[in-house]
Amino acid sequence: MAVLVIADHDGSTVRDTTHKTVTAARALGGDVDLLVVGQDARAVADAAAKIDGVRKVLLAEGAGLGKALAEAVEATVLSLAEGYDAILAPATTDGKNYAPRIAARLDVAPISDIVEVVAPDTFVRPIYAGNALETIQSSDAKKVITVRSTAFAAAGEGGSASVETVAGGEAPKTTFVGEEMVKSDRPELGAAKIVVSGGRALGSAEEFHAVMDPLADKLGAAVGASRAAVDAGYAPNDYQVGQTGKVVAPQLYIAIGISGAIQHLAGMKDSKVIVAINKDPDAPIFQVADYGLVADYKTAVPELMAALG
Amino acid sequence: MKVLVPVKRVIDYNVKARVKADQTGVDLANVKMSMNPFDEIAVEEAVRLKEGKEHHAAGTATEIVVVSIGVTQAQETIRTALAMGADRGVLIQSDTDLEPLAVAKLLKAVVEEEKPDLVLMGKQSIDGDNNAVGQMLAALLDWPQATFAGKLVIEGGKATVTREVDGGLQTIAAELPAVVTVDLRLNTPRYASLPNIMKAKKKEIAMKAVADYGVDVAPRLKVQKVTEPPKRAAGVKVESAAQLVETLKSAGVL
Repeated sequence: MAVLVIADHDGSTVRDTTHKTVTAARALGGDVDLLVVGQDARAVADAAAKIDGVRKVLLAEGAGLGKALAEAVEATVLSLAEGYDAILAPATTDGKNYAPRIAARLDVAPISDIVEVVAPDTFVRPIYAGNALETIQSSDAKKVITVRSTAFAAAGEGGSASVETVAGGEAPKTTFVGEEMVKSDRPELGAAKIVVSGGRALGSAEEFHAVMDPLADKLGAAVGASRAAVDAGYAPNDYQVGQTGKVVAPQLYIAIGISGAIQHLAGMKDSKVIVAINKDPDAPIFQVADYGLVADYKTAVPELMAALG
Repeated sequence: MKVLVPVKRVIDYNVKARVKADQTGVDLANVKMSMNPFDEIAVEEAVRLKEGKEHHAAGTATEIVVVSIGVTQAQETIRTALAMGADRGVLIQSDTDLEPLAVAKLLKAVVEEEKPDLVLMGKQSIDGDNNAVGQMLAALLDWPQATFAGKLVIEGGKATVTREVDGGLQTIAAELPAVVTVDLRLNTPRYASLPNIMKAKKKEIAMKAVADYGVDVAPRLKVQKVTEPPKRAAGVKVESAAQLVETLKSAGVL
């Protein structure tokens, strides 16, 4: 059994989601190789070689490979697929973009967003916005899987795998035009130990940032938002925590002015400790919160800031 | 330009899915069903491409064909799309729930018949949550794809799509024909007006069977069981922010 994991990286460092996907890959058993697709990504490959349990790192470099275009990643993986029984990628927007393409080309059923490996051919994944979990067994000889990284512990570092260069694919009919990435000194939402999230109760974009940003900075936390707050334009789209946004599972999740729609709960209910601050004592968020404070955020957040010192 | 919009009949997004006691699936008996919300956004964008709403030139889309695969009642879902402004529908009847690979193969056959310039569809259905069919269809057709669209511009034989990705927005241009899957913030779908609902009743829906397309739809996945996620017990209420901080410190999370 050999498993290929497609690494998630930002061009210079390997993201934590890769370490977690390696853990899922190791649960399948057999040898685990990592594929790094990128432009000038040698440093990424060298860092990936240190992840525990990795047999070797395959590096596909090329001018057109910097933006993980689905067609280019697909072509790169297809030329390697023969040597592997399973191909895993983190269920990031990149992984979700290219994994089903690879599966279709291999004529196999993709297995999306797994949260548990039961056996090398059997997996658990959430359906219906996390309101149900299905256990499915694949009859395909080759598996293509995306992994919900918050459900797996990160593989450690200390390995010294070799790095081999492989040929990269192309995306002849797609061109990268540009990107607008949100720059922040705060930790990334998916990887933060503490997340503070704001909801529609905050009322405006100005208020959202005036309340959430100082609190996040004080706690060293990432900022999230409910879909309602994002739809209302109070917070950028990549802040959205929920089934259709990001799924997070930090040590501490603080929900401020969030009622707790099913959609939102699906994105944060695996957090270790959940705190809810809401002035409505009947808000559904209190049903999942470990600690609830029934109070208006306008008074509660300044008091919280003061209590944190 | 001809646009094909695949739509799926799913549990209404306001209804909480309940797992059956025998763990064979989710109970859909007497549950309100609606068009998958992401598909509704795709239909809306296609209609805007025809009408010339927002930044689209009028007549960018000349014909909108809606296709659904599912039970006979999925006709209602197609009618909803026709009332929003689509021109005609195709229903491929299937009493069993097909897997994404089978759906992608059937849609490929429909594309070969209809020859659209653009397939516009939801990024995922809110029942299976696979987020796979659009990408698989593009791969099977050897077409480029642009997933998770938050903005779509059709110009110069290309679909220029601003994608909602982790960390921000990415814009790519895909040569037509292409598959574009849509995200939540692309538009707000309209409610069909009563006259348009009446007009939609006269629009054509072609009834087909899975067998008409001669593709292999055999399942590759066996559902062993469907269970409820572990419940989180409600915790305690604290009286003040100060008490909250104290509690969190003693719990070791601060």
